[in-house]
Amino acid sequence: MNITINGEHYDDLPEGMSVAGLLVHLKLPPQKIAIERNREIVSKSTFEETILADGDRLEIIHFIGGG
Amino acid sequence: MSSDTSSQDKLIVAGRTFNSRLIIGTGKYKDYAQNAAALDASGADMVTVAVRRVNINDPNQPMLVDFIDPNKVTYLPNTAGCFTGEDAVRTLRLAREAGGWDLVKLEVLSDPKHLYPDMEETLRAAEMLIGDGFKVMVYCSDDPVFARKLEDLGCCAIMPLGAPIGSGLGIQNPVNIRLIVEQSKVPVIVDAGVGTASDATVAMELGCDGVLMNTAIAGAKDPIRMARAMKHAVIAGRDAYLAGRMPRKMYADPSSPLGGLI
Repeated sequence: MNITINGEHYDDLPEGMSVAGLLVHLKLPPQKIAIERNREIVSKSTFEETILADGDRLEIIHFIGGG
Repeated sequence: MSSDTSSQDKLIVAGRTFNSRLIIGTGKYKDYAQNAAALDASGADMVTVAVRRVNINDPNQPMLVDFIDPNKVTYLPNTAGCFTGEDAVRTLRLAREAGGWDLVKLEVLSDPKHLYPDMEETLRAAEMLIGDGFKVMVYCSDDPVFARKLEDLGCCAIMPLGAPIGSGLGIQNPVNIRLIVEQSKVPVIVDAGVGTASDATVAMELGCDGVLMNTAIAGAKDPIRMARAMKHAVIAGRDAYLAGRMPRKMYADPSSPLGGLI
């Protein structure tokens, strides 16, 4: 499955992977981030049931220092 | 008004109460630990934060939330780096999902040389965000006409610049800041331009409800000491404003009585 995360291409992710599964794979804490999938927000409450599809474009963000 | 009102003199923005009238940024510090120490010294209970991509390749990088607890300090997500209303809405929707907050700082910038706000786009973005349920604290030029338009749209705080972002030049146009203070029914917070403690005091003496700063603290040789200075500067300026300054006079007026001289 080919997906793009934060502008980088990943082609080794297993079919049927959920957003929650992806976060475990990437070792990212779900409570500290937010995700946009193909320009739509993925609610934290749906991380488990949201299954990624080939060609998905994800943005995973968090808070950093800023003015 | 009694002199002991300072403990009840709180900053209220969109129905939320803050103990401090100082809001600090979280950019440009040596590290998050120094940032957290400066926050502690400043007494601020609201910080601005930016929304950026997670570094997927290094998930162990330090995260801001591990140093500044969003359950104890109000995070005010900004739209720094956004140049259109659509960018701003997209960024803040993600911020709302990450943190669950609807109080946000809108800034739509224009030219990187002066970082002046694009007011036309700022108005458009403010309308979009308010329509989407956000409480918008808005960075704006020190133009009272635009400030009024932003308030009429429903912005919950008007945040005019004192001088260009990161310039440290102080309040360049006190007349305009004062005009905005006099006309506004929502809090007015000087955002950007403060360089040192006296600049923050000047803003508060003009009647502003608060001051937002980043570089003045982060860019000082000793940021933690400067954070403490800013805490006192904002309190001093607020008290001086509430106390009501003496009238300016053209000539001297002796403090010691002239009667009874030997």
